[in-house]
Amino acid sequence: MSDNTILDVKKLSTHFFTENGVVKAVNDVSFSVSEGQTVCIVGESGCGKSVTAMSIMRLIEDPPGKIVDGEILFQDKDLIHASKKDLRRLRGNDISMIFQEPMSSLNPVLTIGEQITEPLFEHRLLTKKQAKQEAIKLIELVGIGRSNEIFHSYPHQLSGGMLQRIMIAIALSCDPLLLIADEPTTALDVTIQAQILELLKEIKEERNMSMLLITHDLGVVAEVADYVVVMYAGKVIEQGSVLDIFKDPKHPYTQGLLQSKPVLNQRKKRLYSIPGQVPNLIDLKPSCYFYDRCEHRMSICGGSIPEKMEVDDNHQVACWLYEKEEVRT
Amino acid sequence: MDQKEPLVEVKNLKKHYKDSSRSLFKRNQSVVKAVDNVSFTIEEGETFGLVGESGSGKSTIGRSILRLTDITDGEILYKGKSVHQLSKQELREHRKSFQFVFQDPFSSLNPRIRIGDAIGEALLDHGLATKKEIREKVLEVLNLCGLAPYHIDRFPHEFSGGQRQRIGIARAIIMDPEFIVADEPVSGLDVSIQAQIINLFSDLQEKKQLTYLFISHDLSVVEHIATRVGVLYLGTLMELGSRDEIYENPLHPYTKSLLSAIPIPDPTVKRERIVLQGDVPNPANPPTGCKFHTRCPFAREKCKTIVPEFKEVEANHFVACHLV
Ligand SMILES: Nc1ncnc2c1ncn2[C@@H]1O[C@H](COP(=O)(O)OP(=O)(O)OP(=O)(O)O)[C@@H](O)[C@H]1O
Ligand SMILES: Nc1ncnc2c1ncn2[C@@H]1O[C@H](COP(=O)(O)OP(=O)(O)OP(=O)(O)O)[C@@H](O)[C@H]1O
Ligand code: SF4
Ligand code: SF4
Ligand SMILES: [Mg+2]
Ligand SMILES: [Mg+2]
Repeated sequence: MSDNTILDVKKLSTHFFTENGVVKAVNDVSFSVSEGQTVCIVGESGCGKSVTAMSIMRLIEDPPGKIVDGEILFQDKDLIHASKKDLRRLRGNDISMIFQEPMSSLNPVLTIGEQITEPLFEHRLLTKKQAKQEAIKLIELVGIGRSNEIFHSYPHQLSGGMLQRIMIAIALSCDPLLLIADEPTTALDVTIQAQILELLKEIKEERNMSMLLITHDLGVVAEVADYVVVMYAGKVIEQGSVLDIFKDPKHPYTQGLLQSKPVLNQRKKRLYSIPGQVPNLIDLKPSCYFYDRCEHRMSICGGSIPEKMEVDDNHQVACWLYEKEEVRT
Repeated sequence: MDQKEPLVEVKNLKKHYKDSSRSLFKRNQSVVKAVDNVSFTIEEGETFGLVGESGSGKSTIGRSILRLTDITDGEILYKGKSVHQLSKQELREHRKSFQFVFQDPFSSLNPRIRIGDAIGEALLDHGLATKKEIREKVLEVLNLCGLAPYHIDRFPHEFSGGQRQRIGIARAIIMDPEFIVADEPVSGLDVSIQAQIINLFSDLQEKKQLTYLFISHDLSVVEHIATRVGVLYLGTLMELGSRDEIYENPLHPYTKSLLSAIPIPDPTVKRERIVLQGDVPNPANPPTGCKFHTRCPFAREKCKTIVPEFKEVEANHFVACHLV
């Protein structure tokens, strides 16, 4: 952890206690984000990306969910033991989040203007007139013309791309230090995705904001990330700089993911495909969770869970292949 | 060049919907031209990729070809026969040879019907086989689609997304079709599963000499699987050509910008990107002239008023743009 670390997640575990058993959605996850840095969490559906983000925001519904272990430090403040009041002040002020489904996080019966100005009243104590001016500025900042008209319209009157911009405007309204964006472009067409990514990059640079971006799209990761955290079945299986992950991936799963994605202008006769599917998070065995699908599995992999280890500066991997001979056998 | 009759011929297809969106104050009586004068052919054994942004009319074209919807104007020929003129009896016969694979097969599966029965359903409906024969056939297609024999008695909720898509494909191929319309068949899937399903499509095509209309908004997937590609914008084809032409020599500004918008999973590649401004216009009120002119970085004065002709600029490569 460097001096300018803004968010530090240590050994976080978030479980859901359901009728069918305990879902270990986030399982001993550690990573950090420093000032001005963009960290991407990447992984397939159900691997715990959103639950990680919601845990940081302290928005896990309890029951059935519970942070069962670990620490979350934001500028050295302990978020897990923070009071409701402190959390409320932090969220929206210092940390903002853009959720996976924009439509569901906007209120359909309030105008866009009402929804953008709300946090301005609450956190920045602006007057009505000031808030409106600020809202108009924000709408323009996220690249929507006709800001006055948009201010008075309702969510259903806007396209998906516009709604996502509005979500960004709301998230930026209090000038956060950290923006958490959960799949902000997944539901959008590529041309609109390109606009939104461009916008996020610009704003981030202008404000020296940190960003934790969640996505399953390796293309998006390559484009925006400084640092990458790869998750599989609730665990971080590899993390490193964007160059490490794309040019020198170590974990068989990371390698497989990169190989199975069709890439423009790199035609292959046949796509590489990882056999099988992700394990059920309810009955995880005490083995490497990738064991059933791994081409390189060894006997040790079936009997114990590999710990994360440093293979290079800031490049860590959880795989027995990289453990010293004597430990492995 | 090739004098063989195409398997499917879409001629000047138009499909209009009454616009259902209405504001509080005025009732909008306008029509949405979901498909606006589209023509192309699909040759036997090929995979025709249809791409375009959301709302461009891809699904409507697929559904029109299979006669799952009426058409407003134009004609669709399947082996020279006009699909929308067939009698009920002829249509029934016809239905066996073409099938549809949806994006979300789960929504089309009855949660209380076992997978084996769901896959064999159509054979039973058509009275094509005995119960025993059907079971054998179901086992055969399960195997072809990478599912296990014991899956036959399971219920839909017991399957993962990728497996459900395999079930959707098994349901389609059990009829021994010649032609399959696959509408975003890998869109909701994770990359590792997506690769499995794309390979399955390729394998089945080889084994069963299938012809595909493959609909997708993901141009990198289409590049992998298609032999020819059509690029749609607001219900109109902007460009049409062989896969190599479209990907290596795109001529239409819209195709170029679509391609340049796709993020490449390589942080060392820095590309010139054409970032399109604004959203896709309201299809109920499309721009005059070239429909793309409101977002086109190269638009000229005449683009606003004159509709560009869809012309063959190179052999079998068609483009609708004044600049080409
Ligand atoms: N309220 C809940 N109750 C029980 N299980 C839950 C709950 N919320 C999430 N989970 C489980 O936790 C796991 C991780 O879910 P999460 O939403 O974090 O996945 P994700 O990586 O964001 O996936 P996606 O890419 O599909 O959004 C999943 O197995 C999910 O089923
Ligand atoms: N049943 C319907 N009634 C009215 N309008 C419709 C209907 N079906 C489609 N449309 C309209 O026709 C246009 C084309 O829709 P279509 O579903 O064919 O697009 P698409 O290219 O498949 O989009 P997507 O990528 O979102 O699936 C859209 O503007 C859509 O709103
Ligand atoms: S620990 Fe073993 S099974 Fe797991 S990824 Fe490494 S080699 Fe494969
Ligand atoms: S006709 Fe004009 S507006 Fe249309 S694509 Fe060509 S240059 Fe652009
Ligand atoms: Mg999620
Ligand atoms: Mg569609």
